[in-house]
Amino acid sequence: MLITCPYCGPRDVIEFTYQGDGNRQRPQPASQNLDAWNAYVYDRLNPAGDHNEIWQHSGGCRAHLRVVRNTVTHEILSTEFARGGHKTESRS
Amino acid sequence: MAEYSAFSLLKNALTGNKDWKPAWRKPDPKASYDVIVIGGGGHGLSTAYYLAKEHGITNVAVLEKGWLGSGNVGRNTTAVRSNYLLPQNTRFYEHSMKLWENLSHDLNYNVMFSQRGCLNLAHTPAQLDDYARRGNAMRHLGVDAELMSVDQIKRLVPALDVSGSARFPVLGGLMQRRAGSARHDAVAWGYARGADRRGVDIIENCEVTGFLRDGDRVTGVSTTRGEIRAKKVALAVAGSTGRVMQLAGISHMPIESHVLQAFVSESLKPIIDTILTFGMGHFYISQSDKGGLVYGGDLDGYNSYAQRGSLPIVDEVMSEMVALFPGLARVRMLRSWGGLCDMTMDGSPIITTGPLPGMYLNCGWCYGGFKATPASGWCFAYTIAKDEPHEFNAPFTLDRFYRGLIIDDKGQGATPRLH
Repeated sequence: MLITCPYCGPRDVIEFTYQGDGNRQRPQPASQNLDAWNAYVYDRLNPAGDHNEIWQHSGGCRAHLRVVRNTVTHEILSTEFARGGHKTESRS
Repeated sequence: MAEYSAFSLLKNALTGNKDWKPAWRKPDPKASYDVIVIGGGGHGLSTAYYLAKEHGITNVAVLEKGWLGSGNVGRNTTAVRSNYLLPQNTRFYEHSMKLWENLSHDLNYNVMFSQRGCLNLAHTPAQLDDYARRGNAMRHLGVDAELMSVDQIKRLVPALDVSGSARFPVLGGLMQRRAGSARHDAVAWGYARGADRRGVDIIENCEVTGFLRDGDRVTGVSTTRGEIRAKKVALAVAGSTGRVMQLAGISHMPIESHVLQAFVSESLKPIIDTILTFGMGHFYISQSDKGGLVYGGDLDGYNSYAQRGSLPIVDEVMSEMVALFPGLARVRMLRSWGGLCDMTMDGSPIITTGPLPGMYLNCGWCYGGFKATPASGWCFAYTIAKDEPHEFNAPFTLDRFYRGLIIDDKGQGATPRLH
């Protein structure tokens, strides 16, 4: 499996570290919403099909990437910088 | 269907083996059942068997999307052991071990259970201390465990590199002598035959495509062979849990599906007569009765529903094998394959009522489901029949993650690929 890093170009999957489901919503650090924390830590969307996930190019530029990959065919549909890492709640 | 015995063997041999009957029927699905078990793997079949045998519930259908034994029950590396640290796991897997010890007799089907032992190798003093602790925890709950010295290990497995000059020298190991292996296909076939003889309908090539609902309550399933109603619908679909739960409208679970590879070498003369695990990586090896080395390692490490693996893990597993057994470097690999593992957030399984009314859930076997097959079915059948868990599976709830009651034997946290 090759992942195309926006900095480094196509690289072998062994250079990357998998960080899992990229759909999770991390609560604000001060949040006391237990359900939201539980969901962030334990719940995963585990689709058979396109999966939005986070990888780190740990054996390369160390950038965190948001990758859309098909979990049935292992085809990679898109790769981009993850920027803020996992999604965060909007501040209000 | 007649009992298998030395007499039936002789009789059929004398009549040219023309009169053997199929081990289970191929019925068409009825319109409704008391219980539907989704998934005709080891766990689904053993659930149906114990529903009929222990609880007298025989109006049961097992629905299998492919053929029996096409999933993980035919893809695993056949290790059976109960060498866990945490008491919840130890009690459950030891119950399974006790069922294994009588399984061939109970099923009237030879599952070739061979108690050849399982030895976890330690490569650092800290790891040996950790194994001593685990061994003590096991013995405390009545499970056999034995700390072995390098000399004992050398006598047990002469081919192993215990020279001290290895990259990761062997310092000792933890042995469970009652551990062993079984013929995995025979386990599926034996349970299928046992359930069928008690009246359970085993329906192959019948894929569940949706759930019938009455409000929240699950009242049956729609399948590729029509709608089937049931008072109780039980899921035992292992790696496909995410996919099937999504059919029921539950999108999020504390589970990720991963792929695990396994390998078989060409046949060799007897060289390893126990199950051996490497402590400085993730590698385990045993030898089948045919002589092939059966071995495997780590998950590929990312979500996957493809029953095939990738080359980096092949490379890693082979390196680990050669690190332990330099003499095997030129042995040729015969086959490799992959199976889906439903990895939970704490590495322990889920056997519970719910999460919807009328539904029962058995999943989260990570990559250790084969050894659990008897106890999983036994506990799941109890849970389905009584609508409450047996004490052996009471800790394995779905909501334990949200109540601070996780059972994390490895102490790894909520990163499923590391369990």
